[in-house]
Amino acid sequence: MFAHGGRAAVRRLNARLLRSFSAAPSPPSPPAPEEMRVHGGLKDEDRIFTNLYCQGDPFIKGAMARGDWHRTKDLVTKGTDWIVDQIKKSGLRGRGGAGFPSGLKWSFMPKVSDGRPSYLVVNADESEPGTCKDREIMRHDPHKLIEGCLIAGVGMRARAGYIYIRGEYYNERMAVERALAEAYDKGFLGKNACGSGYDFDLNVAFGAGAYICGEETALIESLEGKQGKPRLKPPFPANVGLYGCPSTVTNVETVAVAPTILRRGPEWFASFGRKNNHGTKLYCISGHVNRPCTVEEELSIPLRELIERHAGGVRGGWDNLLAIIPGGSSVPLLPKRICDDVLMDFDALKEAQSGLGTAAVIVMDKSTDVIDAIARLAYFYKHESCGQCTPCREGTGWLYSIMTRMKKGDARMEEIDMLWELTKQIEGHTICALGDAAAWPIQGLIRHFRPEMEERIGRASELLAA
Amino acid sequence: MAGSARRGVSAQSAWGRIGFATNSHDIFNVHRESPNNNWETEFDFTPDNYERAAELISRYPINYKQSACIPLLDLAQKQNNGWLSLAAMNRVAKVLEMPEIRVYEVATFYTMFNRSPIGKLHVMVCGTTPCMLCGARGIYQALKEHLGVDYGQTTKDGWFTLGEMECMGSCVNAPMIAVADYRNGAEGFTYTYYEDLTPASVVAIVDELKAGKQPKVGSQHRRFAEAAGQVQDEQWVVKGSTPVPSLRFEANGGKVPGPYCRTLDDVPEPATDTKGAPKGAPPSAHAPKGEGGQKGAQKG
Repeated sequence: MFAHGGRAAVRRLNARLLRSFSAAPSPPSPPAPEEMRVHGGLKDEDRIFTNLYCQGDPFIKGAMARGDWHRTKDLVTKGTDWIVDQIKKSGLRGRGGAGFPSGLKWSFMPKVSDGRPSYLVVNADESEPGTCKDREIMRHDPHKLIEGCLIAGVGMRARAGYIYIRGEYYNERMAVERALAEAYDKGFLGKNACGSGYDFDLNVAFGAGAYICGEETALIESLEGKQGKPRLKPPFPANVGLYGCPSTVTNVETVAVAPTILRRGPEWFASFGRKNNHGTKLYCISGHVNRPCTVEEELSIPLRELIERHAGGVRGGWDNLLAIIPGGSSVPLLPKRICDDVLMDFDALKEAQSGLGTAAVIVMDKSTDVIDAIARLAYFYKHESCGQCTPCREGTGWLYSIMTRMKKGDARMEEIDMLWELTKQIEGHTICALGDAAAWPIQGLIRHFRPEMEERIGRASELLAA
Repeated sequence: MAGSARRGVSAQSAWGRIGFATNSHDIFNVHRESPNNNWETEFDFTPDNYERAAELISRYPINYKQSACIPLLDLAQKQNNGWLSLAAMNRVAKVLEMPEIRVYEVATFYTMFNRSPIGKLHVMVCGTTPCMLCGARGIYQALKEHLGVDYGQTTKDGWFTLGEMECMGSCVNAPMIAVADYRNGAEGFTYTYYEDLTPASVVAIVDELKAGKQPKVGSQHRRFAEAAGQVQDEQWVVKGSTPVPSLRFEANGGKVPGPYCRTLDDVPEPATDTKGAPKGAPPSAHAPKGEGGQKGAQKG
């Protein structure tokens, strides 16, 4: 009890200190009140995805009435440097999980072509458990995505782009293909796109059920018609990517927000969220809440506020909360005491030893068998490991089989430490981040729910002795 | 994986979580000769599907034809009643002018490819944690009892193959199933999500499908992913005080904001204008008008 309270107090103090440190380099006077602002409560007028729930026509007529393709020509003719600069100013960070600054990423593409074309690749292989935001964009606002592809394409000096959609999103793919045909019909894409003099072609490609294809180099491999096995980096895709050409892989949401940022201005976008965590974001709230939903909100909104305002609160009230996975299955879970006051942004969640990931909030109430829930994730990673690197291929299998025993308590106490050690042997020893992603949920479980695991082992051994 | 296959356990008894890295009903990653799947069987695309194939291939650079491997396998699977025979994979290799082994590699890697015969409808239950928390195991039990088959098996009448899939990206509408309909080839293929399910509704859905009817697609209780309610303890529950239906755009008189773009000509934007202007920006303001007005304001 005391330890918990004390630790929480220290953490709050640390958070405050860190926040003030992070504000330090900027001009001294304005940031202080800005940092104290409570974020959240995004107004409907400030939403980027105004057709998230399909209240209007998702296709060209409705999209244009909502402002898509409005003055796109002017945005394109402003040129690459302007677009990249505006995106940098807006503080947009990649929405696919890693949170890398988008403007910076786009600027890595070669300025002068060495004869090879550049490619834009949009990652619509949304398969992180808990995440279903790109689905809503693709089926209800496909023109935002397609216009964003043109803008991002110009920002990267790319002449062609691919949208790689996961195979299971069959109906979503049909929606994007229809919107794509409409955009070509209107002359928004292809030769002299939007009348800007810039040529840009876009195609839809699709996968056939592999989580790993959400990793950028695996996605490129899959797009080339191979097994989706990640490549070693370097060379990075910005040098050698799709077909050996410079490529940049970006998430659907990152691309889809770009036109609105340019139209409303980077300052508008940057006015949301804390420093270094600007903008609005689609949150998917699933699990044990009264009204699970996908919703666009400001970054840095307190987690509790997000759930109570939009998702109808935790089943049986906030006190019935056990734990939350705040950013898709790959990030460690947070117990209730941290969830009480943590903010939903990249830096605050990292500070809490978790991550924003894709902002897929998976809520577990007290009725949950948390060991079982994490064991199911271990099965997921075992199933989805591509088998290329030994630590991941073998390790995920071991994680699952140990977790299966932990679920029943059929283990020895020291195996908890073995499990921890095992995750450490996987983490950082693989080509891609799937190994890390498999390790983190279990590390989170041991970090926060070790007493539960020990109690279960204890109970099982008592039963055995009796 | 392949190692487990070599141990020579029978398909039925081996079905279990520990030994295999696949959810699909293909227990083995190796080819097994059978009367309907051997070197002698033949497969060729229909003329219609050759046209579809040409369109799919045209999406990629001409010197990288093999990029169309996944789309063509998908097409072949739809034409071949939902599974890929050796002949179908060889045909894809021929069309794409690539070595057969490269096609086999792809076909064995991706879970949506079936390499042994399958029922008319492939019913796939999402079992990953978000769905599991909301009752996916109940959905699985209900289907298992109703259809009389377990994961990886096909009903005796050849209608349904039951399978488990990993997260299908519909977590807000959990629990859910997806049904792939292979009855009508490539032109009539459907891949449908049924969401917000209860054990009772999932049984009703498979019954309706078998009766040739089309059950309600998508969520069974709400429109899409808006906040409305949730399946709790096997029934749809609407809880909470103020139901938030969806986006209301109150400040804009209930209308969705229309086209808007700030002025683009003044490159250095004044720092003072950070929050006010765009937030309350009149959505109806057409670009030329807005431009004039804002330009004046900024210069002043």
